[in-house]
Amino acid sequence: MRRDHSHSMPPSRSRRQFLQWSGALAAASVTPGLSFAENADFRNLLILIELKGANDGLNTVIPYEEAAYKALRPRLAIPRDQVLQLNPGTGLHPALKPLLPLWEQKELAVVQGIGYPSPNLSHFRSIEIWDTASRSDEYLDDGWLTRAFKSQPVPRSFAADGIVVGATEMGPLQGLGTRAIAVSNTENFLRQARLARPVEDQRNSALRHILSVERDIVQAAGKLNAHHTFKTDFPQGAFGNQVKTAAQLIASNAGIAVVRLSLGGFDTHVNQPGIHAGLLKQIADGMEALKAALIELNRWNSTLVMTYAEFGRRPKENQSNGTDHGTANTHFIMGGRVKGGLYGQAPQLERLDGNGNLPFGVDFRSVYATALDKWWGVDSKAVFGQKFAPLDLIRA
Amino acid sequence: MKTLHVLLLAAIWLAAGTALAQGLNREIGPDGARHVLNRTGFAASPADIEQFAKLTRAEAADKLLRAARRESVTPPPAWVDEAITPPYKLRDLSPEERMKENRLNIERGIELREWWFREMLDTPSPLTERMTLFWHNHFATSQQKVRYGQLMYRQNLTLRKHALGNFGQLLKDIARDPAMVIYLDSAQNRRGQPNENFAREVMELFTLGEGQYSENDIKEVARAFTGWSVDRDNGEFMFRRFAHDGGVKTVFGRTGRFDGNDVLDMLLERPQTAEFITTKLWKEFVSPTPDMEEVHRLARIFRNSRYDIGALMRAMLTSDAFYAAENRATLVKSPVEFVVGTLKQFNIETTYLRPFVFAAAGLGQNVMSPPNVKGWPGGEAWINSSSLLGRKQFLDRVFRADDMPMTPAPAEMVAMMRGTAGDVDKAQRRTQAREMQDMRDSADTQKPQPNDRESRRDRLMQRALEGDARRGGGLKMDLNKWSAQFRSKSGDATAAMARVVLPMPPQNPVQPVMMADRSQEALAQVRQLVADPTYQLK
Repeated sequence: MRRDHSHSMPPSRSRRQFLQWSGALAAASVTPGLSFAENADFRNLLILIELKGANDGLNTVIPYEEAAYKALRPRLAIPRDQVLQLNPGTGLHPALKPLLPLWEQKELAVVQGIGYPSPNLSHFRSIEIWDTASRSDEYLDDGWLTRAFKSQPVPRSFAADGIVVGATEMGPLQGLGTRAIAVSNTENFLRQARLARPVEDQRNSALRHILSVERDIVQAAGKLNAHHTFKTDFPQGAFGNQVKTAAQLIASNAGIAVVRLSLGGFDTHVNQPGIHAGLLKQIADGMEALKAALIELNRWNSTLVMTYAEFGRRPKENQSNGTDHGTANTHFIMGGRVKGGLYGQAPQLERLDGNGNLPFGVDFRSVYATALDKWWGVDSKAVFGQKFAPLDLIRA
Repeated sequence: MKTLHVLLLAAIWLAAGTALAQGLNREIGPDGARHVLNRTGFAASPADIEQFAKLTRAEAADKLLRAARRESVTPPPAWVDEAITPPYKLRDLSPEERMKENRLNIERGIELREWWFREMLDTPSPLTERMTLFWHNHFATSQQKVRYGQLMYRQNLTLRKHALGNFGQLLKDIARDPAMVIYLDSAQNRRGQPNENFAREVMELFTLGEGQYSENDIKEVARAFTGWSVDRDNGEFMFRRFAHDGGVKTVFGRTGRFDGNDVLDMLLERPQTAEFITTKLWKEFVSPTPDMEEVHRLARIFRNSRYDIGALMRAMLTSDAFYAAENRATLVKSPVEFVVGTLKQFNIETTYLRPFVFAAAGLGQNVMSPPNVKGWPGGEAWINSSSLLGRKQFLDRVFRADDMPMTPAPAEMVAMMRGTAGDVDKAQRRTQAREMQDMRDSADTQKPQPNDRESRRDRLMQRALEGDARRGGGLKMDLNKWSAQFRSKSGDATAAMARVVLPMPPQNPVQPVMMADRSQEALAQVRQLVADPTYQLK
């Protein structure tokens, strides 16, 4: 709940109003010079993977040459001979071996040093900041994707604007006015959807809302199916199942702009090594299978996959063979049109803040802006209320 | 011509006045009774409706307000008076002991929620609980940050004590409530190092509303509250004299050596406070779209009564707007109202409320843990595809149809159940059982995960519904007895049920249910009613 008032910010009211109105304005805009409106292309699919609990970026993409790394982590540092080298000085955790071919084919971008000013170290609050793309001292009701779809609506013919796989909270799709569907298992969803029954329209706003959500569910259920048989072998386990569900939904070919997956358990305060290795393996196996499935569906070149989390973990290990809440973090972006390589700012282990946490080099909203501006052609400024420079990591 | 005009106006005025007076003096009738009882409680029984139907608006409001309580009828968990483990002692614990302490606090938080749900079910004054929930959402405080169950309990006592009492006193008690002091970082607010968190929220969210103060007011108000802290040893409020900034401050253009109490008085003097609270109560009890003229009138009553919440509620609950046809069924039930209301409406009894606490949390309202200091966004935001299917699944599990005899059912019955869940249920339950096993397996192999909360909730729900030899649970529900109340009435029993269970005519036409097996008939009728979208409204 800490707020930062070191910058003079406009009062939150006007900003909130701006954010509410900006969507409407952008949607209503008919200025010929504005190219965004015509270009928004939701045939490009976005897949988000949330690493819940905050993945330890420093033991994911490892500055294995740095003396400070070993000094801060006498027990947790991954030995140099086990690191999978990406370039001199930087390498992957050994459990991420399935990602190496992606790296070699230059389809994997590694973005380091992602964070935001005045970081909040509460899981709850920080993921809210990420999900709503707010400043750390403001509270927004709508997720960043909800706002994006308000400013540039997804075609009504799509089965849904977005699908949340394997979770009940809508994350970046929270808020009113977006057709976001939660599915944990496709067959189950289709069965449950039969409980929803669309009825004729209504004057009562609350009832109208409920009926429109029912309609969204029925529309999604009517267009989605689990018929496709994949050659891809999906990994066992919770995340593998989510990847399979996502692949099936995408195979329905019914129009979806975004899919959100998530894996929990990254809050590794205690006995990190084994737990973390297991989680990274699930993610890497899942991403490998996702690529294979997308290639089967001929969607690899029209899909962008991004990982995210509420924050990173503290560089210095704690007394319980684990790590505590940190700030800046490293994330992956993959896809057939991704320009592979290292991006952002390598961990500044010599420049830790008063809590022993890393400074950030890339605002997380720049990562989102990459998806909005460069992938979909949605003006990110209309969504965030200010300009965050997108990363140049997508091939035309 | 002009005279005629005036006369005409006068006639209209007189007619309107008479109509208004009639509204005030007339019996509210069964629909009015249902409306006021559901808006101020969780679910109205036919007996309550019958009793209230004969009252006037004023009599109904007075009856509800006279029943208001200042304490719970449910005894709290035994540990609420236990001493807290001070934070500095927690730091000295081994990681294992600290984890144990963490688990204990989480467990206690759940017990506290169970206690509150029990109170919502058992209290003779549901309005007191609805108001307590309202103030919990207004003075939002989360156990995720406060941690100590004891402090969350103490705050709940304060909210309940003043729920229909005096807002000024409530505000003053909350400002020095230890859970709030911790939640909004007042303890970190010291002379020379002000923390503005409480100062901002006390104006933006608790009294005036956004934009009714300047950034400089926030800075000065933060100074006035410096030194308001918590005694680490016992968790009591404590004023740290040496951390207090006794200097001159300027707040709302007035200058003086103000302290926190002075600021709270100044906030109560400003007319925006009554308007802000009245608007919020309107959205909770009357409609999503406040009529500002009426809000001004009610806010004046509130201020003139020196912030008597009961006086404001009386004025609101007797207003034309409250009973207006266009405002009926316009509010979405919160998850807690939906879950507790379902148990109450159908006389469902259980000794084990934990699964229902988790069910409400899964639907978006984890009491004692609001998402942030703004509280739950509420209203239409309660409903999205996930929560709507979640609500339907909850109902589907509570009112399971698969104990139905396999003897051939009448054709219309089969038709009715198809599309709701009759044919779906069996397969779904099989899948659920399989999933449940998967979850157990994965929980065993891959240690605690945040995601597992959902599967834990699922398992608990199942256990509660089916009963569990170790923990008790199981639902006691006699829908035949429940539905018998409606059979004695003249006319169609299903229609009579709908008038009690639903706030407006159902969207899906109600089919009369006729079954050879009377015991299945009531279940089928209830399933039909709760499947209607209007069941989500109040």
